[in-house]
Amino acid sequence: MPGKPTVVLDARSMARTLRRMADEVVELFSGTDDLILVGIQRRGVQLAERMAGYIEEREGVAVTRGALDITLYRDDLQTIGPRPVVGKTDLPLSLDGRIVVIVDDVLYTGRTVRAAMDELADFGRPSRIALAVLVDRGGRELPIHADIVGKKVQAAAHLRVDVLIGDVDGEDAVVIVPREDQG
Amino acid sequence: MSGPVLGKDLLGLEELSADQIRLILDTAQPLKEISERTIKKVPALRGMTIVNLFFEASTRTRISFEFAEKRLSADTVNVAAAGSSISKGETLVDTARNLEAMRIDMVVIRHGASGAARFLADRIKSNVINAGDGTHEHPTQGLLDLLTLRDRLGDLAGRRVCLVGDVLHSRVARSNLWGLKKLGADVAVCGPRSLLPNAVDELGVRVFDRIEAAIEWAEALNVLRLQLERMQAGYIPSLREYNRVFGVTRERLERAPRDIIIMHPGPMNRGVEIDSDVADGPHSVILEQVTNGVAVRMAVLYLLAGGRPELAEAAKGA
Repeated sequence: MPGKPTVVLDARSMARTLRRMADEVVELFSGTDDLILVGIQRRGVQLAERMAGYIEEREGVAVTRGALDITLYRDDLQTIGPRPVVGKTDLPLSLDGRIVVIVDDVLYTGRTVRAAMDELADFGRPSRIALAVLVDRGGRELPIHADIVGKKVQAAAHLRVDVLIGDVDGEDAVVIVPREDQG
Repeated sequence: MSGPVLGKDLLGLEELSADQIRLILDTAQPLKEISERTIKKVPALRGMTIVNLFFEASTRTRISFEFAEKRLSADTVNVAAAGSSISKGETLVDTARNLEAMRIDMVVIRHGASGAARFLADRIKSNVINAGDGTHEHPTQGLLDLLTLRDRLGDLAGRRVCLVGDVLHSRVARSNLWGLKKLGADVAVCGPRSLLPNAVDELGVRVFDRIEAAIEWAEALNVLRLQLERMQAGYIPSLREYNRVFGVTRERLERAPRDIIIMHPGPMNRGVEIDSDVADGPHSVILEQVTNGVAVRMAVLYLLAGGRPELAEAAKGA
């Protein structure tokens, strides 16, 4: 039987962390001009929505959101087979000159972020692309680094870091669980 | 991986489960957005070689497949084999062997003989997609019709759809019948008895002998192309007579108790099976069908390209 999940962040600490990340975004770019928060499907989209909400509360301005599905930009279609469900990409037609903050739940190998940057390039030439992740679990396979990190954890390869979000999962939490396919 | 997947080939909707059909439609939905971008291209099929092998004339379907392939970054080669005098069976076997020798990944085939796609699929390792074989099936047309209907009506279970015209010779009709029935739609056919299959009563669909009755019943009409050579063959007395009795006209639709979605797989014979007023009218979704065709074909290509269980197994073991 799989072991008990270890809770890394509960609902309250997750909200606190996301608020801090939202503040860091505004601080990093000295405001919200040209800013767009782009979440990676699926949970990155929910996280970007939360962060954009916090920024709007604090700054009293509207923040543009976008959603990115990187399924068709993955480099492993031939080996792992298709992702059964391709999500929706929803971006302004041009990102020229915008400051794009990619938001994702967990940063691991860096391959998702690589794919996301490739896809963003097809929508124009942002003046800056930054990366904000709720959890950085190490284990990079590409030279990719997050600008804003909610929580750093060290998780061995046989463990899975799950971000649970109320709108999708019924509760907010970050947990570490053993991979199901470990024999 | 959980959930339904496709096999090696897409030969017809008869072989697919309702879940597999839904998987294709659900995959096609988000792919529509790619065609709205400035750069209409994603790298999913980079490095794959696809041969479009068309033994029969086609404009819409061939171009639609080619756009779908290019928007997924595949490399494509078009082979128009129309007019070949070699007997069909021999041509196909030879062609199949030659294609294999050139290390291609997929073949999209249109052929005048029913079963040609299956024949090819059984003889090569590459994925085969049927783009219309004789009077058998035209599965991607069936799928794009389903997607278009689903966009308008939502879940198709219980929705009333009528195929009008030459059901007997129509591979589009056959693919529609299979697809609609699998998704639980209430299906009818309407046309002269000479153009309905002999065993029409065994199809498990409603049969309307009068277009007025079909219009009174249906939420959507899929108006089939009347092949003009049918007249020479004596199936119908004349085109004018056909239009008078079975034509989908504005006057007839105005008497309908509800707005009816109008579909046509093209190319249209305006003034024969469908009037221009209707084809260009507010309830026509004929151009949506064409737009959806690209997305559906992208979905099929994408799902077949990744559907290599042996590779997935190898990757797991690594």
